[in-house]
Amino acid sequence: MELKNKATVSALGVAFAALLVPGLLAGGEALALPEGIETVKVAPTSKDHPLDEILSGWHFRSPETQALQEDDFENPAFLWVEQGEELWSTVEGAANKSCSSCHDDASETMATAGANMPKWNEALGKPVNLEQQINHCRTERMEADAWKWESTQLLAMTAYVRNQSRGEPVAVQTDGPMKPWFEKGKDIYYTRVGQLDMACSSCHEGYYGQQIRADRLSQGQTNGFPTYRFKWQKIGSLHRRFKGCMKNIRATPYKVGSDEFLALELYTAWRGQGLPVEAPAVRQ
Amino acid sequence: MKEMSRRQALALGSGLVAITLLPLPATASIEEVNEDIKKFTGGAEAAESAIIKLEVPEIAENGNTVPLSVSVDSPMTADNYVKRVILLAEKNPNPGVATFHFTARSGVAEASTRMRLATTQNVVAVAELSDGSFHMTKSTVKVTIGGCGG
Amino acid sequence: MAKSKPRVKAPKSASKGEVITIKTLISHKMESGQRKDKQGNVIPRSIINHFTAKFNGEVVFEVDIEPAISANPYLQFKMRVDEPGEFEFIWNDDDGSVYTKKQKLKVG
Ligand code: HEC
Ligand code: HEC
Repeated sequence: MELKNKATVSALGVAFAALLVPGLLAGGEALALPEGIETVKVAPTSKDHPLDEILSGWHFRSPETQALQEDDFENPAFLWVEQGEELWSTVEGAANKSCSSCHDDASETMATAGANMPKWNEALGKPVNLEQQINHCRTERMEADAWKWESTQLLAMTAYVRNQSRGEPVAVQTDGPMKPWFEKGKDIYYTRVGQLDMACSSCHEGYYGQQIRADRLSQGQTNGFPTYRFKWQKIGSLHRRFKGCMKNIRATPYKVGSDEFLALELYTAWRGQGLPVEAPAVRQ
Repeated sequence: MKEMSRRQALALGSGLVAITLLPLPATASIEEVNEDIKKFTGGAEAAESAIIKLEVPEIAENGNTVPLSVSVDSPMTADNYVKRVILLAEKNPNPGVATFHFTARSGVAEASTRMRLATTQNVVAVAELSDGSFHMTKSTVKVTIGGCGG
Repeated sequence: MAKSKPRVKAPKSASKGEVITIKTLISHKMESGQRKDKQGNVIPRSIINHFTAKFNGEVVFEVDIEPAISANPYLQFKMRVDEPGEFEFIWNDDDGSVYTKKQKLKVG
């Protein structure tokens, strides 16, 4: 893959070569691993998969950034996980219930949920991702207000629940009623948009491992979300990250929680099928 | 299909350049840094010394969170110990980063934290020992995306 | 996050004379006072400006903290164990808030 990329790059103009240079950072083959994770690299689960190997974003980060995810104490995202743990047993809403009233011990009941989102929801007649499922439980079962997208509470709960599924391989359903959503997500992934006329694939499929200015491009995997980012100086959702990537190519981003991002979340999760959930990861 | 055109690459490049050209907060001057060191030493000389070690990454992926460790090779007894270590970033808007106050109870004069660096620069550490001597070391960190600011 | 929450990782027990490692982290924006909002107004500085580690009431380690310390400040340091007792960790916020955390240490 590395070689193929280099060949492609050298075939391009000078300006482009200046922009993309082979990785400066020795992220490389990781000796250490994120806490609770046994591998950051898996083989594609199906023949039609567009990648030869599936690599977690961790693989592409510098040793200093990786170090913050090697130990849960070093990982600042755990400030949110701990808050999520408190919220789990906090009673709220007219039904006088907390999450734990129905779901008991999250380490058992949420051991896989975080690896299978987005998931088909029969009642809603559409898929829901983790944030939407949490809010669905809040409004329908607790009779409490939905938490705002990117609010501390929703980020904390999402991080807490997904952390319970840490180590579990990502496995989303893509057939049956999920099929049209999957196709829609795939379509968005490969459609060029914005002033720069680029698609997600332009960066994350063709050039992972290459340096794009200050950043070393990854495959744009989603197994680490919600993720603590140095740039944000806090934890943030996957949809926030999607928005950032669209803004970088000067496209008008879809809204967080939109059907478009939900479809894209399903499709990108499938591109990382089999990769252990790392949430909450640490990124630059 | 997968390739970026020259035009895209240029536009992406210039977009990023534009970001780095946004008015950055004024950076500290070397005089300011020297002033801070003088204030710390009370005017005494702080010579470069091998007993103080500063561990920083060569390249920081993002200036908002740059790990740093400092240690001073010295006994830590009631009458012979490391009192303080000041950390300064030469090209941050304000050079001050932190001052660690050790005691004989520290056992070992060693501490770590995470700092913001606005740009590629030297990080300076100066240690004060209980005998009144000062010891300095410097290390460069290359920062491609600055901390501080937006 | 609305209220700052500290996290501490220190051994629960150690042997006499041992030098132990203590790690602390506290949730805080560490607003540097150098950023501007969308209207161009300077966002006022608001940071954790001081950290103290005490053991049995005696200060063993202190830090003067500047705005150049990253959001959610992390501090790691050492302490030699002489006797059993109790740690007290104290964070001082610009807004006057004081956050503390205590933890016992056994020797044996
Ligand atoms: C009154 C009971 C009740 C409460 C309270 C409740 N839930 Fe649920 N939850 C359910 C049921 C029933 C389901 C099954 C799916 C559905 O119908 O939504 C579910 C499903 C889920 C799932 C998906 C599990 C999976 O395996 O796919 C998650 C995640 C979840 N809830 C999180 C929460 C959180 C977080 C809270 C607290 C904010 C909460 N729930 C509060 C009843 C509840
Ligand atoms: C101009 C190149 C570019 C394009 C186009 C682009 N991204 Fe990214 N993306 C980046 C960079 C740079 C990063 C940060 C480094 C990395 O992890 O690749 C990133 C990071 C990500 C991450 C975080 C990965 C992790 O491990 O934390 C995800 C997810 C992602 N992108 C998804 C997308 C999606 C979906 C699209 C299409 C809507 C897209 N990106 C389009 C450049 C791009």
